[in-house]
Amino acid sequence: MHACPFSRDLTLNDPRPVADRLLAPFYTLGRYILLLTRAFTSLDEVRTYWGNLVTQMVRIGIDSLPITALAAAFSGAVLTVQTAYQLETSFIPNTIIGSIVVPSMMLELAAVITGFILAGRVGARIAAELGTMRVSEQIDALEAMGLNSISFLILPRVLAGIIMFPVLYVAACLIGIGGGVLIGSAGGFLSAQEFIDGARQFFKPFDPFFGLIKSFTFGFIITSVACYKGYYTSGGAEGVGDSTTEAAVQSCVFILIADLLLAVTLL
Amino acid sequence: MIQVENLYKSFGDLEVLKEVDLEIEDGETIAIIGRSGSGKSVLMKHLVGLLKPDQGRVLVDDVDIGEIPYEELREIRQQFGVLFQGGALFDSMTSFENIAFPLEYFTTMSDDAIRDRVHECLDLVRLSDVGPKKPSELSGGMRKRVALARAIALEPRYMLYDEPTSGLDPETSNTIDELISQLSEELSVTSVVVTHDMHSVFSIADRAAFLHNCHLHWVGPVNDIHGQPDETLDRFVKANEYHVGDPLRATATQRGQP
Ligand SMILES: Nc1ncnc2c1ncn2[C@@H]1O[C@H](COP(=O)(O)OP(=O)(O)OP(=O)(O)O)[C@@H](O)[C@H]1O
Ligand SMILES: [Mg+2]
Repeated sequence: MHACPFSRDLTLNDPRPVADRLLAPFYTLGRYILLLTRAFTSLDEVRTYWGNLVTQMVRIGIDSLPITALAAAFSGAVLTVQTAYQLETSFIPNTIIGSIVVPSMMLELAAVITGFILAGRVGARIAAELGTMRVSEQIDALEAMGLNSISFLILPRVLAGIIMFPVLYVAACLIGIGGGVLIGSAGGFLSAQEFIDGARQFFKPFDPFFGLIKSFTFGFIITSVACYKGYYTSGGAEGVGDSTTEAAVQSCVFILIADLLLAVTLL
Repeated sequence: MIQVENLYKSFGDLEVLKEVDLEIEDGETIAIIGRSGSGKSVLMKHLVGLLKPDQGRVLVDDVDIGEIPYEELREIRQQFGVLFQGGALFDSMTSFENIAFPLEYFTTMSDDAIRDRVHECLDLVRLSDVGPKKPSELSGGMRKRVALARAIALEPRYMLYDEPTSGLDPETSNTIDELISQLSEELSVTSVVVTHDMHSVFSIADRAAFLHNCHLHWVGPVNDIHGQPDETLDRFVKANEYHVGDPLRATATQRGQP
């Protein structure tokens, strides 16, 4: 019933015939979908997952707040300075800066920055943790006790991801905008009032909503890809290293793809 | 009762087990012996469905564990306590939490009752004071014993031990051997003990199963191990005895041989 945890995915000197290698991405996709289905079905009582969920929410959400805030504040500030620079020579009112910076923050930057940073921070961590549990037989130990290791390990992590990413996104938005306001008044080229007026002028309620959808999606991508990589790790410490790198890199790629798809379909 | 019927297993091109047949009666203690790499751990993992046979089947109380839905397999697994070769302790938890873990998830015991049971299990493996320590702070042998304490916490019907005494000093080994015997006698636990250590075999097992060249080369009562015409078995047993020239372990041997 388990997909065989021992078969490695496509490798360079893969001995399998070409047809099999071409089908490998579909095999991976199928295994990924099966794993997630298994994680969200055949569940035990809520108390089995509750403790883990809280731990993961703290790890994914609260512990990631400082780095997210830092990145958001800086990119908000840089975006404001650069927008001001681009508009310097023209006779455009200063308020325009706010109406460019704020939507950019809400539509794209806050979500993507959080996504990228957390792909490294959260994704790599989850993959390393589950990968180590796999190679040191801790996952076997869970199974042997009669727990559903898939839902026990994966459900809290993915849930924590899709709950906490939107929270982090909101924080990143506010802090990013705050960074813009601060640098504008500190540099003396844009008052807080002008910034906020500009932001209000062209505010569309759909913008933050779209950003929330993005962050929700990215949260799902990062945690689920990392869980998949970690859960199917094989080959000792080296295997854990591979899974960790693959989790971080592949979730970044999938974030970019999802970002584009969402923009094309929803805007 | 656990029955292994005509089991085949290979990993890629590497054949590990071929036509293995084995019946484990309720209440008995069977030792699985064999060289390093002969497939002892692989065989043990098949008994709880952690590995699926390529061919053949494993029956627990007449139920083919490869055929039943996952939910039922989980219920069967709850009757097993498994000690993994590397311990497989959860390294994010302390020793105490590791042993409390199965009690929290599979019983409705109160926190106090759980605490008492954990301390009881720690006492049984002679590690009363390591409760607050993480596995990374323990020695290899201590980790093994905490894992053993975790495996017995729920008083399972079946115990699978993968090299319970490897890496332990002779005295602690004897303690663990005694614990295994005690569990099987007092709680009539059915035990499968994977081991290299012939002294353990003689002191705790009723029967031994010798894995060699992918096959179950010899199965029989431990008292018949000596004086078999079988050269491969003889060599394995003798090699093992020459290695351990320890007086303490020697007593264990004598106790095991009437
Ligand atoms: N998950 C796996 N993937 C590939 N090969 C494996 C796997 N598990 C075990 N093997 C191979 O199966 C063979 C038997 O391994 P096993 O761990 O059962 O040996 P063992 O008898 O327990 O040895 P030891 O006494 O050293 O623990 C070994 O050659 C090993 O390389
Ligand atoms: Mg082994």
